[in-house]
Amino acid sequence: MTKPLLDVDDLRVRFHLRTGTVEAVRGVSFQLGRERLGIVGESGSGKSQTGRAILGLTPPPGEVTAKRLAFDGIDLLTASKRTLRTLRGGRISMVMQDPKYSLNPVMTIGEQIVEAYQAHAKAGRREARDRALAMLEAVKMRDPARVFSLYPHEVSGGMGQRAMIAMMLVTDPDLLIADEPTSALDVTVSMEVLRILDELVTERGMGLIFISHDLKLVSSFCDRVLVMYAGRVVEQLEAKNLREAQHPYTQGLMRCLPTLKDDVRPLPTLNRDPAWAQ
Amino acid sequence: MLDIQNLQVVFGTGRLRVDAVKDVSFHVEPGAAYGLVGESGSGKSTVLRAICGLAPITAGRVLVEGRAVTTPRGKDFYRTVQMVFQDPYASLHPRHTVDRTLSEPLAIHGEKDQEARILQALREVGLGPSFRFRYPHQLSGGQRQRIAIARALILRPKVLLLDEPTSALDASVQAEILNLLDDLRRKMGLTYILVSHDLAVVAHLCERLLVMRHGEAVEETTSEALRSGVASNAYTQSLIQASQGFTRDAKEPVRSLAG
Repeated sequence: MTKPLLDVDDLRVRFHLRTGTVEAVRGVSFQLGRERLGIVGESGSGKSQTGRAILGLTPPPGEVTAKRLAFDGIDLLTASKRTLRTLRGGRISMVMQDPKYSLNPVMTIGEQIVEAYQAHAKAGRREARDRALAMLEAVKMRDPARVFSLYPHEVSGGMGQRAMIAMMLVTDPDLLIADEPTSALDVTVSMEVLRILDELVTERGMGLIFISHDLKLVSSFCDRVLVMYAGRVVEQLEAKNLREAQHPYTQGLMRCLPTLKDDVRPLPTLNRDPAWAQ
Repeated sequence: MLDIQNLQVVFGTGRLRVDAVKDVSFHVEPGAAYGLVGESGSGKSTVLRAICGLAPITAGRVLVEGRAVTTPRGKDFYRTVQMVFQDPYASLHPRHTVDRTLSEPLAIHGEKDQEARILQALREVGLGPSFRFRYPHQLSGGQRQRIAIARALILRPKVLLLDEPTSALDASVQAEILNLLDDLRRKMGLTYILVSHDLAVVAHLCERLLVMRHGEAVEETTSEALRSGVASNAYTQSLIQASQGFTRDAKEPVRSLAG
């Protein structure tokens, strides 16, 4: 790995609330090349806030600090709003959890993709339209021209999420952050969406941050996995070595899932050790 | 215990007609746990809702302990059959304390000894008496689902309808709730009907299950058969495969699944 695409050192996200300060992310550090990185954790572990902080999408009154937060040599913490705007959606983009909420309900899917493309590339309408159609085809829509003119409520969840992926990839980003991209979808549909995402990421040599609560899914999809607990990374490991996970939290997470293969009863539960959060 | 015969549920008429459940039949023995599996829109939840009166029975019959249910359902029915909903964040009244949530079914059915019953119900689901006067926002997701289970159990029903009871919960909390449900069934001799999209969860809790798709029963099978990977139906096979996680070299999934 030469120069990392993304360099995160000691990232912290704090929320100053009336009831005191909550630190959602407490000193997360990692480097990302052109690879697939998974971030796993349960709700409240700070995995989504980590993804948002990279894009500068931490909602107020949140405060983001880091020793270093750099994308391709650009310091994201000191960069001007203008620079950030060109990066966001252009070179870094993000797929959110539920297409029902992340697509604009009053614009056709095609228009939205065209808008995303024109916001970052100097392109005429015809070129943008061709790009959008090509992109819809790349995410395996059966009839791109028809989908182009459909509104989000007219498509299924799986199609909506594929449209979302098309929109995020039309600008040819270097880094894609996917925050639970398939948890609103059915299992069979989500496998198909993942397969498309996998193909596109590999084909274009992008960096991918895949945020999910599903350890099994992440380990089968990514090259490397960060396991987060209470705002910290408790373990970092190669996805294929997941079975040899050292941290009791990771081991507990793996064991507590019922599997089709064997019948364990009662299921082992997780005894949370306060020391993990230290 | 429970007999569903040629159940059909239709919403709307004319152009807006939706056949949510088409001719589904199954039978659940007393003390058994029966699973309904399928993707969204397969009609699995509608079957549950039709049993307990939240969806209309357009055709067919639902028999509880050998007797056909009446519409609207009587108090007797709700003493026998209770339901636990998917999302504990939505199914508990946000401005009612745990105490009030639990005392409501007792008041409706004119039960005595409310205080003792509430404390006992809390104990059964593994919560202490300190939870009695809390509001739902003061509870974690797992604790809320325990309260929802306590509310369903407080009238001592024989059948529990579980509609995706763990899909809104974290994996480690899911394990706790599944263990609790397993325990309760053994202790109280309950009959379960569990609806879930997660094959592993259904196989863990139930002995027999019905795979549904587009409102129709695809295949009735046993968890034993699932474990050994025996499924005669291609759709069941694809569900089993999907539950194993993502694979790069997998075959194309059943084509008609795509949006």
